Amino acid sequence: MSHASNSPEATVLLKATGLQKSFGDHEVLTSIDLQIGKGQVLALIGPSGSGKTTVLRCLNGLEIPDGGEVAFDKGPTVSFTSKTTQRQAQVLRSQSAMVFQNYNLFPHMTVLENVIEGPVRVQKRKRAEAIAEAESLLARVGLAEKRDQYPHQLSGGQQQRVGIVRALALKPSLLLFDEPTSALDPELVGDVLRVIKELADEGWTMVLVTHELAFAREVADEIVFMDQGVVVERGHPDVVLRAPQNERTQQFVHRLLNPF
Amino acid sequence: MTVDWNLFLDSLWPITQGALKGTIPLSLISFVIGLAIALLMALMRLSGNAVISFIARAYISAIRGTPLLVQLFVIFYGLPSIGVTLNPWPSAVIAFSLNVGGYAAEVIRAAILSVPKGQWEAGYTIGMSRTLTLRRLILPQAARVAVPPLSNTFISLVKDTSLASVVLVTEAFRKAQEIAAFSQEFMLIYIEAALIYWVICLVLSMGQTRLERRFDRYVAR
Repeated sequence: MSHASNSPEATVLLKATGLQKSFGDHEVLTSIDLQIGKGQVLALIGPSGSGKTTVLRCLNGLEIPDGGEVAFDKGPTVSFTSKTTQRQAQVLRSQSAMVFQNYNLFPHMTVLENVIEGPVRVQKRKRAEAIAEAESLLARVGLAEKRDQYPHQLSGGQQQRVGIVRALALKPSLLLFDEPTSALDPELVGDVLRVIKELADEGWTMVLVTHELAFAREVADEIVFMDQGVVVERGHPDVVLRAPQNERTQQFVHRLLNPF
Repeated sequence: MTVDWNLFLDSLWPITQGALKGTIPLSLISFVIGLAIALLMALMRLSGNAVISFIARAYISAIRGTPLLVQLFVIFYGLPSIGVTLNPWPSAVIAFSLNVGGYAAEVIRAAILSVPKGQWEAGYTIGMSRTLTLRRLILPQAARVAVPPLSNTFISLVKDTSLASVVLVTEAFRKAQEIAAFSQEFMLIYIEAALIYWVICLVLSMGQTRLERRFDRYVAR
């Protein structure tokens, strides 16, 4: 499970500092700092409502934090205020792609059209080239023969693999996963996790919000445990998940590993 | 009462001609322009800007709150008194387009709102702007939802174009009025006109079914 770029000196790809966000009186994020090295896998874990998904969505500006900064090394930097617009945050999205809990495939497009939409319409790549790449990516996840089907004709696991391929087709420097297996039937989870594991082994940089602790331990280089909008504990998976220092982390890990 | 079948058959073509040269093109042109107005108004209402949203709301309210016949009269008989004189056809097209624009705006707005928020987000995360997301992802999905209510709007419009007879546009109903006045067979001719409208609307309903079936190919049944 050690990746080539696992070393602490790995070049920094993304730095988020002081991310802060409130909804009304409720502070959902209190000054979050994150740093992701190139080729690293960072897993965000924590109870629901802890703010982990909000952090993920701040990294591509889907959520506009009230304060803080997201900076890509050799790339765009956005300093947020509550007045930052979606349009201003858009520059961050040239660097990343996202896989959603509910897949969010485009229902009116075939599998292939879903995958090439970004490359062709946004990145202005040649259609034939985008199709060839999409086909080989689909073949990789075992969905080559589904290219002309519509999303509703696929199982949840297949849809999520298409979601992953749609993200990969953009060739982003960062992949964001928002609870990618939470909406899946249990027997379909494995197929999706296997694909994500392969991508991690290939050296893709990713941030993963997940409840699958065993999987997080398997693929992540760093675990960040959040609760009530703050980072409670962070570190190597073996430490955070096996011998957590903080009491809240201990409780959370214990509860997830021993549900009854 | 005996039915004068000869008169019925003889007047079939003139009234149909009125439909082909008046009713149908008037409906089609007004609907297309009206849809463009409606889309603009729907987007204005959805915009975050309070002033822009208010303008659209005022427009929709005015159109829906006043009779179509009055709108027609304002444009054809009213405008000349402030120095704007329009021919019958342009007057009718303007009145019907504005009318469709007001009614269809709410349909389109609701259809846009029916598309899940996740579709906007998916568009943004593949790098799309708001405009591109709207055009490529949201409107095609909204169109599916909007087909049945917009078909209603269109069918209503086809029948409403009979009002254009009062601003001297030669369409199916005006033809019928002329024939009825000449022959004095009011019952026969007006029922004949009604049947011709009915046939047009039946064809449109069939078109609606086909369109719905086409859109349904991408949703689970």
